[in-house]
Amino acid sequence: MADIALAHAPETAAELNRARALSAGARCALPVAILLGIGFLAPLVAILGYAFATPRSFDVFRSFTLENFATLFDPSNTVWLSFLWSCGFALATVAILAVVAYPIAYGLNVVFGRAAPLISVLFVFPLFVSENVRLYGWVLFYIKNGVLDGTLKWLGFSGGPEVLYTPGITLFGMVYTYLPFMLFPMTLGLALVPRDLVDAARDLGAGRLFIWREIELPLAMPGILIGMLLTFVLAIGATAEAKILGGQSIIVISHDIEIAFTYSQNWPLGSALAVIVTVFISGLTLFALSKLDLDRMLGRR
Amino acid sequence: MLQTSPTETALVEAPPKPILQLVGVRKTFGGFTAVEGIDLDVRAGEFLTIVGPSGSGKTTLLRMLAGMDTPSEGNITLHGELINDVPPNRRPTCLVFQSLALFPHKSVGENIAFPLKVKGVDAAARKARALELMRVVRLPESYFDKNVMKCSGGERQRVALARAFAYDPEVLFFDEPLSALDYKLKKALEKELKDLHRETGKTFIYITHSLEEAMVMSDRIGVMRAGRLVQVGTPEEIYGAPVDRFVCEFVGEVNTIKVGRGTDGVWSGRDVPGTFQVAPPRNGVATDEAFIVVRPEFMRFLGPGDTADNRLEGTVYNEYSLGSRIQYQVRVDAKDGEKVMLVELSRARALPPSADSQVTLGWDAADAFTLEG
Repeated sequence: MADIALAHAPETAAELNRARALSAGARCALPVAILLGIGFLAPLVAILGYAFATPRSFDVFRSFTLENFATLFDPSNTVWLSFLWSCGFALATVAILAVVAYPIAYGLNVVFGRAAPLISVLFVFPLFVSENVRLYGWVLFYIKNGVLDGTLKWLGFSGGPEVLYTPGITLFGMVYTYLPFMLFPMTLGLALVPRDLVDAARDLGAGRLFIWREIELPLAMPGILIGMLLTFVLAIGATAEAKILGGQSIIVISHDIEIAFTYSQNWPLGSALAVIVTVFISGLTLFALSKLDLDRMLGRR
Repeated sequence: MLQTSPTETALVEAPPKPILQLVGVRKTFGGFTAVEGIDLDVRAGEFLTIVGPSGSGKTTLLRMLAGMDTPSEGNITLHGELINDVPPNRRPTCLVFQSLALFPHKSVGENIAFPLKVKGVDAAARKARALELMRVVRLPESYFDKNVMKCSGGERQRVALARAFAYDPEVLFFDEPLSALDYKLKKALEKELKDLHRETGKTFIYITHSLEEAMVMSDRIGVMRAGRLVQVGTPEEIYGAPVDRFVCEFVGEVNTIKVGRGTDGVWSGRDVPGTFQVAPPRNGVATDEAFIVVRPEFMRFLGPGDTADNRLEGTVYNEYSLGSRIQYQVRVDAKDGEKVMLVELSRARALPPSADSQVTLGWDAADAFTLEG
């Protein structure tokens, strides 16, 4: 202790100067701070500025009006329908993913043994290919005379089901795209359940289902909830699935925002919509995180 | 000490019915044999401790008894019924884990009541029973709603014990549950555990690498080495009549002298010069090569007029305080240089500081024992 105190006492002018300069940590953080400032914060500020600008103009920061929000909340505006589609599909995606990913996560932890790392890699692999490319791959698979339809016809069947460009295939695409984002937090969550506790519960007479309900599920909950939150936030902003696979059979909220910025050239309206969606999602996330007391769930407190 | 007393003979003639019986139990993992040739009768209501160095297979043995592993060979019977393949949740046995395996997301009360919840006991009855058990293990009632992870090491120990009792098992297994605690708490809990054993009348099977722990608590001790059960007996038998050098050295520090018997029937030292009076080997095997084993506390320093069956001249070169006792290291002449002998005296009989470091060691043949060489 004494040595450390001595080492920190500035004795010469040079040492004093060094003490006044930025600490090593701050200097290391500088590049990322600049990057975040330009790449992350600046666009958000711009969007916020545009949200209060005169409609159909580019008078950002020079005009202030709530007209854009009034337009969005006007009863005649159907943007809320897109919002409902996005929320509903995000919720459905989360629900389906929870059911699909749990057995895989359990397998990765308990069953697969030495094959587990390889299987994990297989689930990560699709992320190396751009999402749009993968979705077009599914289009080729499901399209009339595509992989599925063509193969079935070649085998003498009447052909594949016509699923492309329906809301159902949109949901399928979302479940497919976001599986890794549910799977890996969930796997980590399940890895937090000590095997000793499962053994102990079994030794105390508990059956499989009882152990799952009383021990495994509650202890894996932090990972499961983080997976759910992550996939929900990603899925509510998803557009590519509805566009490429769904063929715009449903319009999602992100698509509405995109239209406002591109086709209608109404940046202020798009910005206002983006602000509302951002506030909604971040509010929901913060609320969930405040309820999600990781320390308590892990029994650290 | 070797002669069986009348009571022991009676026990041999009519042993209490074994609650748990192991016959030829063997467990292999791949090519590795963890446990081999275990034959053991566990008597109802006894406190049996299996002791052995790490890797001797004692945890594997316990896992088989608890049902978490199945024997590769042999039979385990409970009340005469084969239980080799009965899963742990269907056995009337309960294991207290080394890690304790308390449920971190549950309160003290919920942890203790867990086995009752499994059985479908209603909430009010669960709470009543949990509070009752908390009294048994001396936990204050106010702890019922306390988060179990906020409890101290000793308190967690009690929670784990109460939870095991709540299952109402016929046999309780313990996998070194005290190993993580500090010395004083450990000593206190050892005695409490022994009291609880007496109060509840259940069969306890305890696993530890600490012989001291085993000596304090057990009715019988089984010593394991390299997957085999080397000796099973009362603490006195294990300490006073170990079957081989491994057991006798595991049980405590010993002085050994290698001796051989000449044609004239006189035992003379192979490593230390001189002749010795030797007690007959305990296992009754007639042998001409043997080890004399003398525990340090049976060694004494001889004054001018003192007599002893055996004596050795030596030089004291070190002494250690063991608290109430003092251990001396004494160098004696040996055929290949020097040999160190240990002498332990109670502090009251310690050598005066001014004493000459030249001493005469002595012990009586009856206080030593002989093992085949």
